[in-house]
Amino acid sequence: MNRLYGPLDDVAGDAGHVEHPPRVGFFTDTSVCIGCKACEVACKEWNAVPEDGLDLLGMSFDNTGMLGADSWRHVAFVEQPRRTAHQDPAFAGLPTGPSGIPETAGAVEPRLEAAPRGGSELGTNPLPPGGPEPQELGMPGFSRPGDLTGPESRTDFRWLMASDVCKHCTHAGCLDVCPTGALFRTEFGTVVVQQDLCNGCGYCVSGCPYGVIDRRQHDGRANKCTLCYDRLGDGLEPACAKACPTDSIQFGELDELRERADRRLAQLHDLGVSEARLYGRDPDDGVGGDGAFFLLLDEPEVYGLPPDPHVPTRDAPSMWKRAGQAAAAFLLAGAAAFLAGGRR
Amino acid sequence: MNSDCIVIMGSNMAEAHPVGFQWVMEAKGRGARVIHIDPRFTRTSAVADTYVPIRAGSDIAFLGGVIRYVLDNDLDFREYVAAYTNASFLVSEDFADTEDLDGLFSGYDPRTGAYERDSWYYEGTEPPRDDDGSRAKTFSEPFQAGASGAGVAGAHLAERDPTLQHPRCVFQVLKRHFARYTPEMVERVCGTPQEQFLDVCRAWTTNSNRDRTTALVYSVGWTQHSVGAQYIRAGAILQLLLGNIGRPGGGVFALRGHASIQGSTDIPTLFNLLPGYLAMPNVAHTDLDAWMADQRTGGHKGYGYDVDAYMVSLLKEYFGDAATPENDFGFDWLPRIDGDHGTYRTVMDMIDGKVSGYFVLGQNPAVGSAHGRLQRLGMANLDWLVVRDLNEIETATFWRDSPEIETGEIVPERCRTEVFLMPAASHVEKEGTFTQTQRMLQWRTKAVEPSGDRRSELWFAYHLGRLVRERLAGSTRERDQPMLNLAWDYATEGGHDGTGEWVEPSADDVLRRINGYDLTTGDLLPDYLGLKADGSTSCGCWIYSGVYAEGVNQAARRKSHTEQGPYDAEWGWTWPMNRRVLYNRASADPEGRPWSERKKLVWWDADEGAWTGYDIPDFPRNTPPGHRPPEDATGPEALSGDDPFIMQPDGKAWLFAPHGLLDGPLPTHYEPHESPVRNPLYGQQGNPTRKVYGRPDNPSNPAPPEAGSEVFPYVLTAARLTEHHTAGGMSRQLPYLSELQPALFVEVSPELARERGLTHLGDAHVVTSRSAVQARVVVTDRMAPLRIDGRVVHQVWLPYHFGHTGLVSGDVVNDLFGVVEDSNVFIQESKVATCDVRPGPRPRGPALRALLDEVRAAAGITVETGTRIATAPGVAHTEEGS
Repeated sequence: MNRLYGPLDDVAGDAGHVEHPPRVGFFTDTSVCIGCKACEVACKEWNAVPEDGLDLLGMSFDNTGMLGADSWRHVAFVEQPRRTAHQDPAFAGLPTGPSGIPETAGAVEPRLEAAPRGGSELGTNPLPPGGPEPQELGMPGFSRPGDLTGPESRTDFRWLMASDVCKHCTHAGCLDVCPTGALFRTEFGTVVVQQDLCNGCGYCVSGCPYGVIDRRQHDGRANKCTLCYDRLGDGLEPACAKACPTDSIQFGELDELRERADRRLAQLHDLGVSEARLYGRDPDDGVGGDGAFFLLLDEPEVYGLPPDPHVPTRDAPSMWKRAGQAAAAFLLAGAAAFLAGGRR
Repeated sequence: MNSDCIVIMGSNMAEAHPVGFQWVMEAKGRGARVIHIDPRFTRTSAVADTYVPIRAGSDIAFLGGVIRYVLDNDLDFREYVAAYTNASFLVSEDFADTEDLDGLFSGYDPRTGAYERDSWYYEGTEPPRDDDGSRAKTFSEPFQAGASGAGVAGAHLAERDPTLQHPRCVFQVLKRHFARYTPEMVERVCGTPQEQFLDVCRAWTTNSNRDRTTALVYSVGWTQHSVGAQYIRAGAILQLLLGNIGRPGGGVFALRGHASIQGSTDIPTLFNLLPGYLAMPNVAHTDLDAWMADQRTGGHKGYGYDVDAYMVSLLKEYFGDAATPENDFGFDWLPRIDGDHGTYRTVMDMIDGKVSGYFVLGQNPAVGSAHGRLQRLGMANLDWLVVRDLNEIETATFWRDSPEIETGEIVPERCRTEVFLMPAASHVEKEGTFTQTQRMLQWRTKAVEPSGDRRSELWFAYHLGRLVRERLAGSTRERDQPMLNLAWDYATEGGHDGTGEWVEPSADDVLRRINGYDLTTGDLLPDYLGLKADGSTSCGCWIYSGVYAEGVNQAARRKSHTEQGPYDAEWGWTWPMNRRVLYNRASADPEGRPWSERKKLVWWDADEGAWTGYDIPDFPRNTPPGHRPPEDATGPEALSGDDPFIMQPDGKAWLFAPHGLLDGPLPTHYEPHESPVRNPLYGQQGNPTRKVYGRPDNPSNPAPPEAGSEVFPYVLTAARLTEHHTAGGMSRQLPYLSELQPALFVEVSPELARERGLTHLGDAHVVTSRSAVQARVVVTDRMAPLRIDGRVVHQVWLPYHFGHTGLVSGDVVNDLFGVVEDSNVFIQESKVATCDVRPGPRPRGPALRALLDEVRAAAGITVETGTRIATAPGVAHTEEGS
């Protein structure tokens, strides 16, 4: 049961691996991330992921933009005129004016909108130098919740950093919709693409609730984090976790990571960091829990993560049910018509 | 990791030292409070508990304020201070403080811009025979005092007042000196709001006592100032007052800037030092005895007294059998200093035609050194230049693509310099050691053979020496004897191809020779205690002796931390003698008992009759705590049982430095060479001994009280990004790093952006009297204006990694800085200057020179600007012919 959504204790077994090692994953504790981007570099180096654009994005220190075919790790940098509970106000008492974040967001947003694919190719193509005047588009953009709440004279400030990666979902939307079997569930419970089987149909791109998987421009094939499948096979931890100097990215058996994350969360709550929360930890969420989950210091949207992701197949039963009802109704109607016609 | 509080100042540790920063995060996870004091809110601030803003170049005012807070509220660790520092020593009656002389100490000579330091001595001691402050300023003499200690003869005769009440005791002198560094004054000078300043004071002091310790971390944000050595002095004084030296979780951490830059000062590439911080002889040292006498002006106590053994063993290593007692062990074959041969002086001498050749190894001065234009013009006036690097860096291509081509100052067809670019092997293509920030040597093995023509530095130096010696063979000229007498007989491991002329020298053999041998038995030495002055031992660097103890490459040890004690003594090897915490005798009280169970490190074991503990004791092993040496004892035998500072001539840590510094026995806030404000503390504006080079090609922006400073109203500072490495030679060529920081940008606050009409991601140019640099604008809340002495002052920041070659390129930020130096150690002031910021791209070619002429005229800049280093007498220190 629960093969389409909800908790699933043995993902690898469910995928047909009879004897298999325990499920592994990442716990990314963003509260100790220093934004060094060693994870991005180690990932590209190990997996030979190509360089994808030398463009200054103006989004704080983030010049990667988002996860994509050529960025399997992405460190987000979020500047906010507010503070975390344990931090003191950074600029109290200084002759400051209003926050500059609305202005910088205003300069970045139209450039993203003017880009050919609406910014989804961030970090893959140079963006146009200028762009139209800022306009309210009524959609999530560079300005995030909390960004625009600063008082006239700014005092509080914080700089959040978080290394994002493929979530290796319990119920992986990409895998469920792949028609060629290029995407598969490994014996470690992770999700991997085999490029030689990928036909570039792109169903997986729309199937991913996090917008992680992406096709490479030159050959159209899908690419994403493999959780260093080759390294796992040799008993090594993934390159990003190995390179992380502060252990923000922790690799291990998922059950153990979840316990560790729970302890860390409790510790932070004890320290008064009430904003701390886990993301992707819950097996009852819309994807059955993530293999790569996070400790965040604000709402997921602040980091560019969807607040309530769910796998498309979660809706499959109800879709089938409705489709079945519709079909039954159609049959009924047809039969009625036939009967009616027969009486004629 | 053992700290209860960590203060990071003058350092962006998370960004510039991310690997070491893991231990800060580890300590934070254990409950330590992390405080970051910096002009910018950086990635270090982002994970600190407290970020405290400060104006670049005002750190002594801040630290002086904390010192005053400690002394005023009796928060010093009194037992530690009284026993282990020179707080109780009386200072000469002739001494006059900055309080008395409006920012100068006694002994200042405005003509030479230097101090005669006779009046700074302890009561009852004799100043050395010929203390010549101006000569010392030429040789960077304080830098040479490392191995032998700063000289105070007869320190044991100094009068003391153990109650610390005598008006002329160091403790009281200190109190008076810092009396005016009030929280109000700190706010006026630094721009740091008083409440935040006091919060730091409280955190620092409540976390410094018997049970708790605070660590202080700094980097080049402290050193690269015209008064940089005194920044570090201020930090050290504070840590001593609070008892945070020699104890677990305490300390002053000098974070080094590159892999093994620590190693390159231990076994130096500096003009005035020999390995192990032995002073390079100068022209007055006609023989070994003359040199030795100069080293021992520091009296007779401590390990500094044994410099004869260190020097003779070094000469035996250099010259082998040719070094004999009869020929002074070849002392005459060592070069002599006859003036300032520092890197900036050398570059100016190139421009002046006094230098014909230049080796540049692992450095990119065209981008990485202050005043890039000066560097490039100097290199354009050589006969030959050898550049060894991984890539074809700007220093090798300046003759065809430097900014001076555009302005017509360098013409490729007429540039006379012949450039030899030698490809270098990378760190994975050669073996050897790195010495890191913690003084730890770690051996690396070679992962792959160097590709193509790449070769190791060892190979280059070995064969260069070999070829020169072959050319000189048979020469009887005196000048050739040093080369011919070198023991140039290193073991080799076969050539690049395994055979032939171009063999690879053995790094292992070099490390053995650095460790040193007992020449009578041929055995490797166990440590430096065995070094002799009679020529029976050899040692390439006395502080490294022991790295090959017992025939084992100690630097190659890799025992897991799970398999050994808390100080990981079997991971790598730390100089000296594998001690992890220097001066750790101070972790125990005068009776030899740990100050507390929680901060236990080293203690006296009466049953064993020896010092013992978790770390290797930094003290004579069997000298008991209560020991008092006989009058005639010398060297280590002259140390009392409560003299933890074993390299000092008095065994005590110096709150007041009676000798050794050229710009004062105590740190004093001076404004940077270029500052938008008048010094609020004293009439004296800047460091009165700073080294200025008044030349037309090295102009200074005016600073008050000179007129014209308003032309450059902003404080300029530059530093690193995590994503690039220093001058970019190792990162701008790599796609995975270049894409992460692809362009030069200038960070400005929203307030400054509005004031100057700068738009996010638009172009701007930063202007000084030296150059204008174009950068993309990054408007960020991480930058904030400060209120200094009643007016709003803005700071701007740029990363200095960019140059004109590589995958990503940009203007050279170091072109903005001029050359002005700290007088003690000749470090350039490249962490603070003044500037203007203007929207739009900079002018190019001749128009750039025109812009600079225009701003210099507007500011009234002449060759004398900035060279009147003593504010009151106002003697200009310009160069001859300028």
